[in-house]
Amino acid sequence: MAVQSDVIDDAGPYDRAKALSAFKLGDVTFYWITRLSAISVLLILGGIIISLIVGAFPAMKEYGLSFLWTQRWAPSADPPVLGALGPMYGTLVTSFIAMLIAIPVGLGIAIFLTELCPQWLRRPIGMAIELLAGIPSIIYGMWGFFVLGPFLANTFQPFMIRVFDGVPVLGAIFAGPPSYLSLFNAALILAIMVLPFITSISVDVFKTVPPVLKEAAYGVGCTTWEVVRSVVIPYTRVGIIGGVMLALGRALGETMAVTFIIGNSFRISSSIFAPGTTISAAIASEFAESDGLHQSGLILLGLLLFVLTFFVLAAARLMLMRLETKAGK
Amino acid sequence: MSEMSVSVSAPTVHPGSQPLPEAPAKVTARNLNFYYGEHHALKNINLALGTNRVTAFIGPSGCGKSTLLRIFNRMYDLYPGQRATGQLLLDQTNILDPKLDLNLLRARVGMVFQKPTPFPMTIYENIAFGIRLYEKISKSEMDDRVEKALRGGALWNEVKDKLNASGLSLSGGQQQRLCIARTVAVRPEVILFDEPCSALDPISTAKVEELIQELSENYTIAIVTHNMQQAARVSDKTAFMYLGELIEFDDTSKIFTSPSDRRTQDYITGRFG
Repeated sequence: MAVQSDVIDDAGPYDRAKALSAFKLGDVTFYWITRLSAISVLLILGGIIISLIVGAFPAMKEYGLSFLWTQRWAPSADPPVLGALGPMYGTLVTSFIAMLIAIPVGLGIAIFLTELCPQWLRRPIGMAIELLAGIPSIIYGMWGFFVLGPFLANTFQPFMIRVFDGVPVLGAIFAGPPSYLSLFNAALILAIMVLPFITSISVDVFKTVPPVLKEAAYGVGCTTWEVVRSVVIPYTRVGIIGGVMLALGRALGETMAVTFIIGNSFRISSSIFAPGTTISAAIASEFAESDGLHQSGLILLGLLLFVLTFFVLAAARLMLMRLETKAGK
Repeated sequence: MSEMSVSVSAPTVHPGSQPLPEAPAKVTARNLNFYYGEHHALKNINLALGTNRVTAFIGPSGCGKSTLLRIFNRMYDLYPGQRATGQLLLDQTNILDPKLDLNLLRARVGMVFQKPTPFPMTIYENIAFGIRLYEKISKSEMDDRVEKALRGGALWNEVKDKLNASGLSLSGGQQQRLCIARTVAVRPEVILFDEPCSALDPISTAKVEELIQELSENYTIAIVTHNMQQAARVSDKTAFMYLGELIEFDDTSKIFTSPSDRRTQDYITGRFG
């Protein structure tokens, strides 16, 4: 190999360490850029929490824990009486009903699209779902206010009220009078808004099921329903729950559309056809005209939403972990 | 095709194996053709799988062996644009009949795939799942059936203490035997093996081959394999396929000792493939 060593000599002393140190500098820079990006998330999160707590402090000092179970919301009384029970109830109930509607429908669409739909229909339906996700929430609000609300109040609500009249628990849930603005209307709009999340994530995770696994299930003689129920859904469970959580997160925090159609009433009614309010709707509709203790109370509501969302997501994580241990993974 | 070029001489057929007497046909193909869209993948296949015999399908990649296997249980039906013409009978049933109940067909014609495909559930459930599709039986009966199937899959001793563990927690070879047990549990008449050992280590392969031999006492078996020694070891009859045509179909001992077609000779001696 004499020839090679000649070549190296001709090129002069070859400082390998120097060449490497140039790379090293780049590496260190790269490491710090990525690290700062990651840290900035923590800083922003921490900053938001701190400013929320600072803003909410006067209300916290004034009302203490009773803020959580006071239903009355009278900011113009002297002194103002503020309680978060109504908005908290509305937030949880509308999100719960929305998920109750959106999960089966969203999964149904996803199953149809991936397992049953003829090829030519796939793209139109898939695109319609994507478009649904692209509609701004204010449009949903207007549509809910002018079209869906009156429609439900004239057809669906009277029907349900009549059917369940006198039935013990359900009679109270579906109690009259019908209303253009109600918890149920808001929940239905929320369901339509979160549907695309559940569907598009489910479609994506359903596509990750290996074809051979489905063939094996068909191979022991399963019908499409049995393949979906026993193989596709268990195999993709984690992904589906992820999609549902994303949707739930959106439903809990959705503001504009809900503010339009929920009626902004702080009174809690057993009927889902009565007007109500959610935390975000209450903040949106009152923040502009608020000051002093009232404003601090609204910020405290915001902090509560933050905590509520955190607990819901934590509970979902916990559920997921228990499912995994049960599946023996 | 590296695994093939290793064997320069023809593999030896397992010692002392005399060709078994002709068995009545279980599956009969007459002028069977298959198309992937415009592509004519199988051309005029005529053959019969003997009842309780092992039939091996060999040939270079893309020759249509797996395609043929997937017609036997209509697996191709899952995909649009694939179609078969001609005649294919399971006993007297026309497999290609568009009105045929596919779930029942697949209960009669089970399939084991190249990669192990345990379902995402416990070992017990993997077996019980298939049985439950067709039969309503009590818990104790089910326990018996699961044990019997796992014994049939030569897996019982390894898993009897962890029936509630996930099927995915087993090793590759165990998973494949679980899949065989699952197939057997449904009590099919025909079992199709599509390169069942290509993802397994030699010891697991030996176990599965032994299992196939045992199963042939009660089941009609078709096996696609790239491993000619395997075909020679486990099968009674061998079909050599090339470019979508059935070139030669005869007793395994004859195919591997004195094939009558030049192409068969070239393939089994490793001259192409």
